[in-house]
Amino acid sequence: MKTNVNKLKPSERMKIPRQVSIEQSPDERKHNFNEVSFGVDEERALIEAARCLECQNPVCQDGCPVSIDIRSFIQMIYLKDYIGAVNKIRESNYLPAICGRVCPQEEQCEKVCTLGKKHDPVAIGKLERFVADYEFKHNLFTPPVIKDNRPEKIAVVGSGPAGLTCAAELAKLGYKVTVFEALHAVGGVLRYGIPEFRLPRNILDLEIERIKALGVKVETNFLVGRTATIDEFLKEWDFDAIFLGTGAGTPQFMEIPGESLNGVYSANEFLTRVNLMKAYKFPEYDTPVKIGKSVAVIGGGNTAMDAVRTSKRLGAEHAYLIYRRSRTEMPARLEEVHHAEEEGIEFMMLTNPTRILGDQNGYVNAIECQKMVLGEPDESGRRKPIPSNEPKFIIEVQNVIEAVGQSPNPIIQSTTPGLKTGRKGVVVTNDVQHTSRAGIFAGGDLSRGGATVILAMRDGKIAAKEIHQYLQQKNNK
Amino acid sequence: MVILLFRLEKEGVIVYRIVKKEILAPTIIKYVIEAPYVAQKRKAGNFVIIRVDEMGERIPLTLVDSNLKDGTVTLIVQAIGKTTKTLALKNSGDYIADLVGPLGNPTPIETGKTIACIGGGVGTAELFPITKALKEAGNTIYTIVGARSKELVILEKEMEQVSDKFYITTDDGSYKRKGFVTDQLKELLDANLGINMVYAIGPLPMMKAVSNLTKPYKVRTVVSLNAVMVDGTGMCGGCRVSVNGKMKFACVDGPEFDGHEVDFDEMLLRNRSYVDKEKISLDRFNENPHVCKREGMA
Repeated sequence: MKTNVNKLKPSERMKIPRQVSIEQSPDERKHNFNEVSFGVDEERALIEAARCLECQNPVCQDGCPVSIDIRSFIQMIYLKDYIGAVNKIRESNYLPAICGRVCPQEEQCEKVCTLGKKHDPVAIGKLERFVADYEFKHNLFTPPVIKDNRPEKIAVVGSGPAGLTCAAELAKLGYKVTVFEALHAVGGVLRYGIPEFRLPRNILDLEIERIKALGVKVETNFLVGRTATIDEFLKEWDFDAIFLGTGAGTPQFMEIPGESLNGVYSANEFLTRVNLMKAYKFPEYDTPVKIGKSVAVIGGGNTAMDAVRTSKRLGAEHAYLIYRRSRTEMPARLEEVHHAEEEGIEFMMLTNPTRILGDQNGYVNAIECQKMVLGEPDESGRRKPIPSNEPKFIIEVQNVIEAVGQSPNPIIQSTTPGLKTGRKGVVVTNDVQHTSRAGIFAGGDLSRGGATVILAMRDGKIAAKEIHQYLQQKNNK
Repeated sequence: MVILLFRLEKEGVIVYRIVKKEILAPTIIKYVIEAPYVAQKRKAGNFVIIRVDEMGERIPLTLVDSNLKDGTVTLIVQAIGKTTKTLALKNSGDYIADLVGPLGNPTPIETGKTIACIGGGVGTAELFPITKALKEAGNTIYTIVGARSKELVILEKEMEQVSDKFYITTDDGSYKRKGFVTDQLKELLDANLGINMVYAIGPLPMMKAVSNLTKPYKVRTVVSLNAVMVDGTGMCGGCRVSVNGKMKFACVDGPEFDGHEVDFDEMLLRNRSYVDKEKISLDRFNENPHVCKREGMA
């Protein structure tokens, strides 16, 4: 679609201000787990769609890791064809309601948006979410017609964004796909990691149902490597290809004194208790979580932001975000940082914990920190924090939650001979997701070590294409 | 393949049906549960994580036995907390929500050794498959089973069958020798029987006492740690324990560790982390023990 649909002149479009989401007020939302943002309504979506310049060379699509035809779907919104728009997105991305909520658009499509050079970029993420929610609200989803019926069986290991995307793409091609999940519920990090106030569970459930509607089978409570190994899948279960998307589930700790004290959590444990096990509804739900008056969350990524905002919602009066670099280096999504600030999270930048202190019963009562200064850039390109000359200081806290990185779970690597691994145990792949073993593909955090939902989805999508090619070549031999 | 017989076509989902329930002692119950994949892979030392119902917590339980033909696994559970008491309300024919495994590293089965196998309380159930495997591998087995009183002694016949010498101690003297397992063990160690390895599974204070006892004798002592876990697959780090000063995860690095290297005092404190919350749960349960039909399912 190259013809313009928008009747406004570019100069007129540029005058329209970027539309903002309707949100729960910070004072209200910091006491509940309901979604922070309600997104944009139809009126705002139409105004926002009218801002798109319909560039001849739509750079936004290049900025999208899964290459959504953004210009076309925005044009469809302009023409009020919302279902056409969501189906246009679904051609490239089978999880639109999720990506519209959790993608770092400011780093991707919106970063390169032409309008953004002089004005605010088009709110692409909000428009994506709008059409996905519209379809949901009006119950207008129709599953795509699958033309082929292929005999090959494919095992997808892990039901996070990489696995779900790979499964959906393969199912659309007509393959028989089974997704294996170790936990009792499907979704991986979308289920145990991302809080409900960012991604409501009915939205997640819905996207998963839609993938099941493609004929994808799901086996929960199945820990691949233990319940059955990859080689058993290939030899005894008759799977023709395997995609590994088991994420980066092993939490790292800072390795400072006091980490065994009660009240110290890895962000993984804390978020799993709250999100997967619904500890925020204890004792109605059985899993407890223990949060005191003051909580220190360590880290500067999205996980740290999720943990600190969750602590606030569990009743912490002081929720500190302690990060050893400065705000500029924080890897968290801009919107989350902004929301956290609004909710009264206390940011302590250039601060590094050195020791956790506890009482005689083994519970945390304080954290000792050191002020840092920024030195020369390190290998990540960010300026390296080095200890300042200031004396160490102590903050009284009852909890320390560490969000200082994760590495892949080693179970599959250690039970699959010949599967090459690299730094921190990531599974090594080439640039199109092939592992060192034929027929085994990998992607997402398992091969990246820790990245975003959308990059995991990109890998899952590429892997699906490669698996398709691999199986066709095998058939032609 | 055998396991395919058990696979339900609907959604491809396995259900975990209790096929047999047997009360072994007051509060101690044996369950045989359908879990064909797990049954096929179970080895001595493995455990599973179960969830009784949709609002339940995930708890680790040792796999006591499995039956390949029936596709079942055996669990022995002491009903002491909210979750285990809820499980105790379930009967043969009922289902539990989830069961995943086998988890943890299986016991490395050594040969040519003289081994003292020591079980305390319901830990005897966890010790049984290991003792059996060690016996089948040709080791000489001295078994000591300890319990608070006679009625709480479990698996007496089964354990005796897989032991060369078999001893029982009760705290109150209501059955066999009065005293603790350590009293019996000390006697055996002093008798120079050539015991060159000890397995101890039971309450933490008992495993600590056994480890302290064997240390001066320089006899390698293996303990199996039952730490607080959420996922049981290495994901949460809640089960971290200090072993020889290093942080280990009981779920994936264990559950068995060298008893002389475990920081038991730290673990005792960690295992008490949620005592107040556990009490709230249990009190709620005791007020209304029929919580199967809980309302407010979100």
